[in-house]
Amino acid sequence: MTLSRADVEHVAALARLGLTTDEVETLREQLSSILDHIAMLDRLDTATIPPTAQVIPLTNVLRDDEERPSLPRAAVLANAPRQTDGFFEVHAVLGGADGEEA
Amino acid sequence: MPSASTELAFLPAAAARRLLGSRQVSAVELAEAHLARIEALDADLGCYLHVMGETARSQAEAADARIKAGSPAPLTGIPVALKDVLCTTDAPTTAGSRILAGFRSPYDATVVARLRDAGAVVLGKANTDEFAMGSSNENSAYKPVRNPWRRERVPGGSSGGPAAAVAGGLATLALGSDTGGSIRQPAGFCGVVGVKPTYGRVSRYGLIAFASSLDQIGPFARTVEDAAMLLTAIAGPDPDDATSVPVPVPDFAATLDGDLRGLRIGIAREYNVDGMEPGVEVAVAAAIRRLESLGAELVEVSLPHTEYALATYYITAPAEASANLARFYGVRYGSVVEAPTLLETYQRTRGEGFGPEVKRRIMLGTYALSSGYYDAYYVKAQKVRTLIKQDFDRAWESVDVIVAPTSPTVAFHLGARTTDPYQMYLADVFTIPANMAGIPGISIPCGFSDGLPVGLQLLGKPFDEATMLKVAHAYEQAEPWHTMHPEVSGHA
Repeated sequence: MTLSRADVEHVAALARLGLTTDEVETLREQLSSILDHIAMLDRLDTATIPPTAQVIPLTNVLRDDEERPSLPRAAVLANAPRQTDGFFEVHAVLGGADGEEA
Repeated sequence: MPSASTELAFLPAAAARRLLGSRQVSAVELAEAHLARIEALDADLGCYLHVMGETARSQAEAADARIKAGSPAPLTGIPVALKDVLCTTDAPTTAGSRILAGFRSPYDATVVARLRDAGAVVLGKANTDEFAMGSSNENSAYKPVRNPWRRERVPGGSSGGPAAAVAGGLATLALGSDTGGSIRQPAGFCGVVGVKPTYGRVSRYGLIAFASSLDQIGPFARTVEDAAMLLTAIAGPDPDDATSVPVPVPDFAATLDGDLRGLRIGIAREYNVDGMEPGVEVAVAAAIRRLESLGAELVEVSLPHTEYALATYYITAPAEASANLARFYGVRYGSVVEAPTLLETYQRTRGEGFGPEVKRRIMLGTYALSSGYYDAYYVKAQKVRTLIKQDFDRAWESVDVIVAPTSPTVAFHLGARTTDPYQMYLADVFTIPANMAGIPGISIPCGFSDGLPVGLQLLGKPFDEATMLKVAHAYEQAEPWHTMHPEVSGHA
């Protein structure tokens, strides 16, 4: 599997990962090589094999729907780079000069 | 030359507990001996990202008071290091990443809370590959860790700091995390005991997530008994982790004795790969003969999909990581790089905050999950995971424990594998299958190759850590390895 630079840039955009020009090229080579190793899985016929997402014998673990204290808001906000009026602050997403399409 | 403080530094936890109980040693003395070694040695070794001298001293004083009052818990006064992926309220938690520089968790991880309840003295936050991604600790954004046995060698990874701290006498016990071998492989490289419990045995609440279906927290120690004690303290269901399984937790340290007669130990022919170091083969073969001489019956088993585990892992783990690491985007916590738009802020924050290996895995995982490739990669890997798990399910019909090397080589040189990611990934070829299947594993020292420790790996049935630990203990007690420590001298 040989990835193109456009492939790498597309995946980086999906991952919201800013990459330098050099990083795009390095990752293009490295990911292509790793995918070549991973291609060995094609040797296995898995048409009738069910997938395993997790290995524990539990499904839908629920707790009683009871009120309980959460962390104090100030403690949760304490690590935020920017906060306003008890909220996390971000750039505007919609409209305005700084906005971008969602 | 061994001094009194060196002796304290290499005291097993069980022995320390007896000396503390009989008031021959105080928790403060024990803590001070370790803090002095950290001060003298850690500038060179790099085991710790954050030393917690002040809180350690006050915890030690509280431990002494508790012992004096006659109500010590099992770990009261025992010095412990925490891999820096475990959240702590009283020290920063960075996961070895720049993006979390200075992060202070508003809550303690469940295992940390349990250690506090048990009276442990937390010495500090131990070094790790960034977000626990790596096999040599060279991906730490802060500093490398040096192997206490030989400084130009890696300690293994990703829990390189905890492993080296325990090996070098800079902590009595430590907690790490194991997603593909990150406890067992560094334990093997550093000549200590490392346990990956069954998936679901230990709460992951407060563990910074790497790959949620594979991650498990576990102990480092210098003896199997100590590891068993620590596992007992941290194991058991937790309402804050829905994947922690409600099965009873035995007192693992209390069930170690007894001989191995009647136990069937499996040897998998597939656990022999190209590139195995001869010295590792020799040491592991001798260990297997020793297990037989202790009364175990050796049984050949087949785990035919072993060779596919590495490729399966390098889809599954990055896919889960790419989702887990989506939370780091400079809004709720961590560093931010401001840019004109929200999208650019995300991109720059993540582009500048994450190191190369983390970026590589985010990219690989995002690719495997992306439209058009999801079935070919992610679902394919989940199906092969089923086959790997079924291999073990079948093996357990004829054996109680499986024995294998922990790693194909001993600790390699710093810098030796940093240019080829796949070469680095191969260091985990023997440890990854246990994570894919969710079963417990342990690495214990089984000798030396070229003067460096070799790890013996034992794998157990799900939730049967007890049998695995019993076999490990019997082997340990029949050999001298656990009494050997590296000569670590500092500038003090």
